[in-house]
Amino acid sequence: MKLRHGLMAAVAAAAIAVAAPVAKAETFKYAFQGSLSSLDPHSLNETFLLGTLGNIYEGLVIYDENLTVTPGLAESWEIVEPTKWKFNLRKGVKFHNGNDFTAEDVVFSWQRALSEGSDQKVRAAKIKNIEVVDDHTIIIETPAPNPILTSDLYFVYMMDKTWSEENNTTEATSPSADTTGNFANLNANGTGPFKVTEHKADVKTTFERHADYWGNMKSNVTRIEFTPIKEAATRVAALISGELDLVYPVPVQDWQRLDDAAGVKSLAGPEARTIFLGMDQGRDELLYSNIKGKNPFKDIRVRQAMAHGINLEAIKQKVMRGASTPAGLMVAPQINGFVAELNTPYAYDPKKSKELLAEAGYPDGFEVTLDCPNNRYVNDEKICQAVVSMLAKVGVKVDLLAQPKSKYFGKILATGGFDTSFYMLGWTPGTVDSENAMSSLLACQNAETKVGLFNLGNYCNPRVDELTAKVGSETDQDARNAMIKEAFQIVKDEVGYLPIHQQPLSWGVRDGVSVVQRADNILDFRNVVVGK
Amino acid sequence: MVSFLFKRLLQSFVVMITVALIAFSMFRFVGDPINNMVGQDTTQQEREELREKLGLNDPFLVQFGRFTLNAAQGDFGLSYKYRVPVSEMIFERMPATLELAFVSAIIALFFGIPLGVYTALKRKGILSKFIMTMSLVGVSLPTFLTGILLILLFGVMLRWLPTFGRGDVIEIGSWTTGFLTVSGLKSLILPSITLALFQLTLIMRLVRAEMLEVLRTDFVKFAKARGLPDRAVHFKHALKNTLVPVITITGLQLGSLIAFAIITESVFQWPGMGLMFIQAISDVDIPVMAAYLVLIAFFFVVINMIVDLLYYAVDPRLRADNE
Repeated sequence: MKLRHGLMAAVAAAAIAVAAPVAKAETFKYAFQGSLSSLDPHSLNETFLLGTLGNIYEGLVIYDENLTVTPGLAESWEIVEPTKWKFNLRKGVKFHNGNDFTAEDVVFSWQRALSEGSDQKVRAAKIKNIEVVDDHTIIIETPAPNPILTSDLYFVYMMDKTWSEENNTTEATSPSADTTGNFANLNANGTGPFKVTEHKADVKTTFERHADYWGNMKSNVTRIEFTPIKEAATRVAALISGELDLVYPVPVQDWQRLDDAAGVKSLAGPEARTIFLGMDQGRDELLYSNIKGKNPFKDIRVRQAMAHGINLEAIKQKVMRGASTPAGLMVAPQINGFVAELNTPYAYDPKKSKELLAEAGYPDGFEVTLDCPNNRYVNDEKICQAVVSMLAKVGVKVDLLAQPKSKYFGKILATGGFDTSFYMLGWTPGTVDSENAMSSLLACQNAETKVGLFNLGNYCNPRVDELTAKVGSETDQDARNAMIKEAFQIVKDEVGYLPIHQQPLSWGVRDGVSVVQRADNILDFRNVVVGK
Repeated sequence: MVSFLFKRLLQSFVVMITVALIAFSMFRFVGDPINNMVGQDTTQQEREELREKLGLNDPFLVQFGRFTLNAAQGDFGLSYKYRVPVSEMIFERMPATLELAFVSAIIALFFGIPLGVYTALKRKGILSKFIMTMSLVGVSLPTFLTGILLILLFGVMLRWLPTFGRGDVIEIGSWTTGFLTVSGLKSLILPSITLALFQLTLIMRLVRAEMLEVLRTDFVKFAKARGLPDRAVHFKHALKNTLVPVITITGLQLGSLIAFAIITESVFQWPGMGLMFIQAISDVDIPVMAAYLVLIAFFFVVINMIVDLLYYAVDPRLRADNE
């Protein structure tokens, strides 16, 4: 199988394209499996929505191809005090309607992100106050020292205050009808390189280049058409037939077909999402099990047995067609704080696994139910099926409950009372920083401090908890990374989780089109170059 | 007449309420809508607040009562996903579905009737046998597969026709039509054939069976005995008499064309109501699902009522009973 290294090829091709002068109109057409549900940047905290809107709206910072924070609407910044950051805003930036971008817009956008229907409250709450020094200088005050404030603010997009007030859309669009501001749901006015010319929510959205865009970009595209195509077979057929320039995601099993077809190719790269299995270590009696009165997962030997009983290499080869990256850590290499030496997976050793189970008092294994989605991650159900058969060999009888994501999340998350004893989940830290994974997945569940909310099995270690809190406010990078490493080491030694792999990004592109496949699965129009 | 109409209206009302009730009671098995409405960083407390606000914590009957009351006033609420009024969404997508269903019905009739007549007349011909065999394939192939096969053949291999979408549409008032552009017409071909195939074979088999029946009757024999040309006997006398059940069935099938467009629409990414519904299911967009199901029930009820009224007008015996 030919797997192309998307990023490097794309960068090289794009570099050539930049050199050539381009003036004529280029249209770029693409399709994704989901639809663009809203144009309101504060409506829904979803990767596809925010990623797409990132071409229309911009935040103070933007991510480059390697997910590094680079200046966006802020030209530069410095930390004045531990809780005070000074941002110098870019001058001469125009919104799509011609209005100037100023400090007032930053304050307004922040307040809007805090309004009733907003799904960006968590990010906006990283700011305690904004002091306007002059039109192009602000001082942001944070509730506590925050070493990764810029990453936190990446998705807080800037809206035009005047435009929002004129159109009565000063509050975020909400699904409950009692808030105002539906205008921004269907219309957009940002500072980004592209503006929306037509938007029919689940039918088609067209973009055109913003003539007054402040930045230089390599894209030569003047017009972009987006269509959601739900059926994978239709999506792939549309690409091969030449009607589209890019489609994603492409089912892993269709790669060969794309590579064999003329004029198109598959584009695969590692995604920053880590897929893992979690075990209930909180309850005193395991649910859905034949073991009564105790919880086998509380015993580290059982967890070790699970880890040694799963063959990640086989999952990679058989289920993922060689395209995944087996993991030993809860974060991907792209994430800040990643520790390479801890990323070696637990060795596959069924014999040792059996011995450990016997030692723990389960020579004949035990029964447990595995909760798994069947339409959320790449080959999610197939991975779970593989895990079931592998664990059967060491005596753990796993009953698989694979459901559509709506039902599955409703059961296993807090809303369903963490109703699971063994589950699959995937996680991408939105801030591209380990702290997000630590506070969501590794810290003990705590509804008050709002940490550990996705630690569904309630793995709990006081030292990890303490480190998580410290990492959140430590501004010295070296000290901070050392703490992250210590926490990861503990989780690894205690087998708090069973990491599986980073799943592959899977796109299909027409020959002659170069794009950058970012590890967060976001398509940045700035990097799209259409050639012949 | 008035009492008949009143009775029918009352029945229709009961049917609509029942459909709504069944639909509504199923929604609780679809999953939790909240997780589709917020991102992963949203706190538990905010999720609970949203749930409370949307009234999802209310008892089933309260939720159902509220829905019925609002729906009776034409208010189907806001879509959870798109945050726009559901009625607007439905009206935006209705033209696509209706145009598709209309073209499919035409195709089904246009090919179904002549083929049915032909196979009835040339019962033993090789071509008839071939058509009958093919029609079996037509009824037994799932729509999804037919669609994909057509896409592969005409879209990917031959590249004659577009594989998805509706092409360019022209807005006429609040109606959007694909009939007036080349790409719109081209886009219609594959989905309408896919959707028509089942109806086509159904009509063909129906016409064939009716024709065989009628051809055996005395008046056809007499017509032949009178020396009328075959053409006149077959088309003027025989076919005319087979058409009554065909028209009835076609009328009723129009409802199912609209309802069964779901699969065809999702294979071809046809932006109609069926596609909207199937997306709403995966997003647990309850207001959209509810409105769609009630609307489809409404279509069926209206079509049924018109058919009944036609009977009433056509068949004097019905009137006699009521007097």
